[in-house]
Amino acid sequence: MGNQKKNKITTKASAMERAERNLIRRRRKEDRFRRLSFSAVVLSLGFLVLLFASIISNGWSAFLRTDILLDVHFDREVLDVNSLVKANYGKLVKQAMRDVLPDVTSRRDKREMYRLVSSGAAYTLQKMVTADPALIGKTVSLWLPADDLADMLMKGRIDRDTPESERAMSDKQMQWIDQLIAQGRLERHFNTTFFQAGDSREPELAGIRGAVMGSLFTLLVTLVLSFPVAVASAIYLEEFAPKNRWTDLVEVNINNLAAVPSIVFGLLGLAVFLNFFGMPRSSPLVGGLVLSLMTLPTIIIASRASLQAVPPSIREAALGVGASKMQTVFHHVLPLAMPGMMTGTIIGLSRALGETAPLLMIGMVAFIVDVPASITDPATGLPVQIFLWADSPERAFVERTSAAILVLLTVLISMNGLAVYLRMKFERRW
Amino acid sequence: MTCRDVNVWYGDKQAIMNVNIDIGKNQVLAMIGPSGCGKSTFLRCLNRMNDTIPVCRVTGNIILDKLNIYDKKIDVVPLRAQVGMVFQKPNPFPKSIYDNIAYGPKIHGLVNNRTELDEVVEYSLTKAGLWDEVKDRLDQPGTGLSGGQQQRLCIARAIAVRPEIILMDEPCSALDPIATATVEDLIDELREQYTIVIVTHNMQQAARVSQRTAYFHLGRLIEVGVTDQLFTNPGHRLTEDYITGRFG
Repeated sequence: MGNQKKNKITTKASAMERAERNLIRRRRKEDRFRRLSFSAVVLSLGFLVLLFASIISNGWSAFLRTDILLDVHFDREVLDVNSLVKANYGKLVKQAMRDVLPDVTSRRDKREMYRLVSSGAAYTLQKMVTADPALIGKTVSLWLPADDLADMLMKGRIDRDTPESERAMSDKQMQWIDQLIAQGRLERHFNTTFFQAGDSREPELAGIRGAVMGSLFTLLVTLVLSFPVAVASAIYLEEFAPKNRWTDLVEVNINNLAAVPSIVFGLLGLAVFLNFFGMPRSSPLVGGLVLSLMTLPTIIIASRASLQAVPPSIREAALGVGASKMQTVFHHVLPLAMPGMMTGTIIGLSRALGETAPLLMIGMVAFIVDVPASITDPATGLPVQIFLWADSPERAFVERTSAAILVLLTVLISMNGLAVYLRMKFERRW
Repeated sequence: MTCRDVNVWYGDKQAIMNVNIDIGKNQVLAMIGPSGCGKSTFLRCLNRMNDTIPVCRVTGNIILDKLNIYDKKIDVVPLRAQVGMVFQKPNPFPKSIYDNIAYGPKIHGLVNNRTELDEVVEYSLTKAGLWDEVKDRLDQPGTGLSGGQQQRLCIARAIAVRPEIILMDEPCSALDPIATATVEDLIDELREQYTIVIVTHNMQQAARVSQRTAYFHLGRLIEVGVTDQLFTNPGHRLTEDYITGRFG
């Protein structure tokens, strides 16, 4: 009896020892895993910070623009009252420049000097005079946009120490700029043009508004088309469709569609909407149609998931008091699934907003100066604008590219914020 | 309500075999039996809730007011209003207490105006013994009530569409003993107006609330009889083994 008891105790003790040794190993494993996953998070956060730091440091300066203060004399001799639109406004600008820098005499130097003012200055004057002809004959002090090179020099993007031959700006021009600074005629102001204008070949006149409006119209078309269609198909597939081989096939193909590269949808749009139906090229209407095709599967999948998440007890309760299938779905299931559907829709739309490839195929990559006013006007989108600017040779487009990325990211982040807000607000517990 | 030769299949598996049973008016019929014996399945046949399960197939006749409820001409919507149901887990709609009750009468068009609807809500909640507890907070969500209150809310919701029969699928299994006692008293009162079929795992409960008891075993109805008699003098070995706790 006693012997047996002793035996039992010793085996128990050795089991404890073994468990303890095992425990140390388990703890070490857990520690290692925790440290690994922590460093993974730190790494990804680091990359995110790096991305934002580089975009912001490159892009923030685009929100400021260098302007030149000129005393423009609206000369009666230049401005013929009968053809105000066609008058030579450039002459007024040149005269004003000569007044500011009187030492410049030779023809060649003068031509170089004129280049310090943006070619858009003449249009500014034209607009002012046509709006208010009473200005003719008066002299007005005006802040006019400087050329992008002057702007770059002011922002320190042109290195003064590089030899003249390798620099975009001549020594003389630099000298004149210094003179203008000394006179207090060169200042950086908030770049309203960037938010109000469409695209332009001149960086100092280029704005993001055309692209923003184009993207907005495109998203609007996408939303109006894809949300109802996706929700209706999700409801049908989830609640009404018989579960058989056909619906399985449909389901598999919806999942496949979600994985199709977007450029394929772009080609489809080109072939079907533009060539077959003859819809207007480069228009947000066609862009929206193509992006709807692309977002539909995403929204359908999200909507089905949120329908599945509604507990069956709610359906049984409604059926139990004699609600028909449709009443059950529309009175009880759909309201509970709505927050999830809306979140899925917004996530799908933000994916559509960032999409470039399909828009290239349907001509939304064109250089378009006018801000679109409807869904049939030619337009570009934000990501396409970024692509176009990134492709431009002018140094000043670098910062504008980054600024456009900032605008796009701001829109995306606020859309995702809206998704979170909607989910929190309408989510109901049961 | 009369059930003749009722068979239920889930796919190839037969869950209910040749059940014949009569349910008397203004009586409480309790159905007992071990888990998986088909009590709930049979209960769900009585208002065709099994229709929602695609693989489920029912044969036989279930006659309510001289009509076979499985007849092709029968619409399930009015049937489910006639035969109400209370589920195992309290499942109020995530809406206000008022809307929970008002929903049924509204969709069936039982009321003409707001005043009538108010009356139905008050009547149903009073019947379910909940009126005094919730009359000051009808606009609050039904999901905020306690478990027992939620279950009584579900009973009130079933009453609101004026059914003849109320089916209860283990209505007290998620409740504590006090809430259970309240619901049992309620069942006893409701018997005056409604016919009640209750599935329960609790044999004391069956003994307390029912007039007749049916014992199910592996899809077969073994025995049905007056409750007192069935519990004191069961007619079948299996019933005896079950109620004396030898298995199950």
